[in-house]
Amino acid sequence: MLKALPLVFCLAGLALYTVLAGADFGAGFWQLLAGRGSHAERVREQAHHSMAPVWEANHVWLIFVITVFWTAYPEAFGSIASTLSVPLFIAAVGIILRGATYALRSGTQNRRELESIDTLFAIASLLTPFALGAAVGGIASERVPVGNAAGDMFSSWLNPTSILVGVLAVATSAYLAAVYLAADAARLGEPELERAFRARALASGLVTGAIALGGLAVLHSDAHSLYHELVTGDAVSTLIVSILAGGATLALVFARSFEAARYSAALAVAAIVAGWALARWPTLLPGLMVQQAAAPHDTLVALVVAVLAGGAILFPSLALLFRLTLTGRFDHVGEGATRVTGQVLSASMPKLPYRAALACLIAGVGLLNVAEAGWAHALGVVSLFGFIVIGFLALVPGAFSREEAMTPPRADEPHGPT
Amino acid sequence: MSVVAAALAPVHQHYLVQARQMQALSFVAHIPLVAFAISFPAMVLFVEWLYLRTGDPLYGTLARRWTRVVAALFAVGVITGTLLSFEMGLLWPNFTATFGSVFGLGFAIEGFSFFMEAIFIGIYVYGWDRLSPRAHLASGIPIVITGFTGSLMVISVNAWMNHPGGFHLRAGKVVDVHPLSALFGNTYLWHELVHMYIAGYIVSGFVVAAIYAFARLRGRWGRYERTAIAIPLTIAALAAPVQVLVGDWAGREVATHQPIKLAAIEGLTKTTRGAPEHLLGWYTEGQVRYGIEIPHGLSLLAFHSWNAKVQGLDTVPPSQRPPVNIVRISFQTMVGIGTLLALLGLGYLFVRIRRKRLPESVWFYRAVVVAGPLSVVALIAGWVTTEVGRQPWVVYRVMPTADAVTGASGIPVGYATLAVVYLLLACGVAWVLRRLSRAPLDIAPDEHGV
Ligand code: HDD
Ligand code: HEM
Ligand code: HEM
Repeated sequence: MLKALPLVFCLAGLALYTVLAGADFGAGFWQLLAGRGSHAERVREQAHHSMAPVWEANHVWLIFVITVFWTAYPEAFGSIASTLSVPLFIAAVGIILRGATYALRSGTQNRRELESIDTLFAIASLLTPFALGAAVGGIASERVPVGNAAGDMFSSWLNPTSILVGVLAVATSAYLAAVYLAADAARLGEPELERAFRARALASGLVTGAIALGGLAVLHSDAHSLYHELVTGDAVSTLIVSILAGGATLALVFARSFEAARYSAALAVAAIVAGWALARWPTLLPGLMVQQAAAPHDTLVALVVAVLAGGAILFPSLALLFRLTLTGRFDHVGEGATRVTGQVLSASMPKLPYRAALACLIAGVGLLNVAEAGWAHALGVVSLFGFIVIGFLALVPGAFSREEAMTPPRADEPHGPT
Repeated sequence: MSVVAAALAPVHQHYLVQARQMQALSFVAHIPLVAFAISFPAMVLFVEWLYLRTGDPLYGTLARRWTRVVAALFAVGVITGTLLSFEMGLLWPNFTATFGSVFGLGFAIEGFSFFMEAIFIGIYVYGWDRLSPRAHLASGIPIVITGFTGSLMVISVNAWMNHPGGFHLRAGKVVDVHPLSALFGNTYLWHELVHMYIAGYIVSGFVVAAIYAFARLRGRWGRYERTAIAIPLTIAALAAPVQVLVGDWAGREVATHQPIKLAAIEGLTKTTRGAPEHLLGWYTEGQVRYGIEIPHGLSLLAFHSWNAKVQGLDTVPPSQRPPVNIVRISFQTMVGIGTLLALLGLGYLFVRIRRKRLPESVWFYRAVVVAGPLSVVALIAGWVTTEVGRQPWVVYRVMPTADAVTGASGIPVGYATLAVVYLLLACGVAWVLRRLSRAPLDIAPDEHGV
């Protein structure tokens, strides 16, 4: 049980990454297809606007999966990362390029710059989910043996199953993004954009569903045992859930209940991830059972506690971020947000803080640099930090009102920049 | 030590050197960015707090402009860090496969820390004008805290690699794993953490100050510029002398726990009592040539004692010695720059306290312009000292780097690709920062010199 729990965390993280970051990658897909002209520009603007505040947080799910996996199943991680080094490296480069475009966009001034950055963004958005999907396909079709780069460098991820999963990842991303963006446009009261994204959602939803079902044929010939488990074993229930949820999503998009559609789409994706895990259980890699692969007991306990405790802090914060984004608090500049209290800081530079800072410094030298004991070093570090903080507070706030003939701001007049 | 641990069979990797350089390149890109990420938000918050206290629009403008810089640099920090976590598997699969259960927890907790950081950066950056002033200020506080916890977690891993504990080896397999004591019960952690954290403030302080010092040399010197330089410069000036003290502590820790690293730092071949220290020079044929000798210097530095015995490189076979010149030169670069920065800081503090104004000399501002980039050099040189000084071990005295490396081919291709991508990224970042700095100021012209 304990040995499987981290795997459950990883799979949950993977499902969340697919759903949340998938929508983010898909936004890039639609930017690429948007074409030119003012309508296209609005599509692109919208795609960027709704993702910018959340992409970094969405993205951390991948880091979460990677770090939990290597802590709990180190040997499996080493084997996967070394055999699948090519697609993983491609994914990493894709992530670098995408993140870079978010940073670069804030410096653009004209349409030409914006368009070239958006194109780079879009290409990277296709590359990353494809490469990650191809890596997953390699694991799923048992092409990753245990060992340091023991599998084939290319056929481990350039094979029918990998290509299927890679394409499916791109299609799913596009679909999720369209649903998300349609919902966003509806919230912003942009009927034209909403129509545009709704049409995209329906089309890409159908395509994704078709690829997924057609993909079973690919699995049948390329990864027969996986296929067999999926259609006959424990995993068949998840397959059914996924198909039903996928169908429901299309109906919901059609009925313009985008919010509900998001959840059912997430369910469809999560069911596929669960199905994969169930079909393979209890093997992690060929010849390596989850039980054998798991880290020692103490590590697993510490990891599970860390994840649960982390989750207890994380989820409320994430909820806050999404509430602010989804309720549109980040859309329009509010009124009166810049009201300030307006006090003049003291202009004098009293002597006392200097003496205190100096005392901290001297104590710090004595405790850290002369004394030998560990506790003395700890106190020494605290004293030295005290020196920096007290020194800073003594020097800085007074500085501005003292210098030259500068009038302090009037205390009674609240004002802020526009 | 002949029996070493390895979960996957070690392979011969022809391109080990390239793999190391690729790792180093990725760090050189990541570290300066995170140096900003752990310190700069605190400065932005301080300015925002001043704005709320005084209502002076100048502070508001400054905090907003700096926020944009935080956002852009954070994004780049995230992606370069992501690459690093991929590389733990892509380049060193056997390191992760063997010891993931020991050190992995640090990164897993760090993941949560980054999560919180990313969330609150999102809220902070997009929340200007959208949240109430107090809520906005409060949303910045988690960023400062998670910047610290994030570096704590990563550095706990690095400290463990330098001073491994919390596990036993049986027949090459890792057993009796106690991740908490491995990561946090490690005496090597604390000096690294404190030294790195202070380095963050030094780097962001001097780099930001350098930008406004440059503006001053170009004749822009209004109240805006003076305010914008005083805050980072004061922090950096206070932190730089402290860093010398902390560095002394780090040196003594190295001397106790990694005597061979210390020997490489000086280029000391034979175990010596009252060992001298050489400034500059080049290590060749077992000794430092062309250097300036300071008698008993090394014994004093490492053990605070005139005649302390310092272990030499020849106590281990040549295959277990790090590349001496790289370690020596990096160390001297760091210490040299660190000393100069501390002197510059003290000079500034003297003028600030005695004359109660900013320095006026053009030379002072020229020095600050140079100090910015130099502080980044010191940061990287320090890490090179630590990491290369640990060689040939990835886990000190437990696993050689050569056993950790991937068996996959194509490292040179990956290395070349990454070099190109990072070159483009560097150009992109430079471009965006320039653009952000040129955006017109939305305050009255008399506030900033034109
Ligand atoms: C702005 C940056 C900076 C400055 C001015 C200094 N250092 Fe440093 N140093 C670092 C930034 C740094 C670092 C953050 O890059 C390292 C790498 C690993 C670490 O813990 O901190 C480091 C490592 C490091 C180590 C090796 C620690 C280890 O291997 O565990 C020693 C012995 C010193 N430093 C000593 C000094 C001394 C004596 C300095 C004074 C003049 C000094 N450093 C200034
Ligand atoms: C001294 C060493 C390091 C420090 C102080 C440090 C600190 C940080 C900080 C503060 C961030 C937050 C992002 C930012 O603010 O730009 C970050 C990002 C990141 N770092 Fe590092 N880091 C270090 C080394 C490493 C190493 C060795 C790895 C992995 C092997 C790593 C992996 C990451 C990852 C994955 C992220 C992105 C997290 C996200 O998506 O938000 N870092 N690092
Ligand atoms: C804090 C967490 C860090 C971790 C977990 C870490 C991990 C590693 C690993 C796994 C290697 C490869 C094995 C080896 O060559 O020994 C390595 C090498 C290296 N790292 Fe670090 N590192 C950290 C911080 C840094 C930082 C901040 C730098 C900054 C520049 C750095 C610079 C290097 C260099 C230059 C090498 C190559 C050394 C050589 O091969 O000669 N490391 N590190």
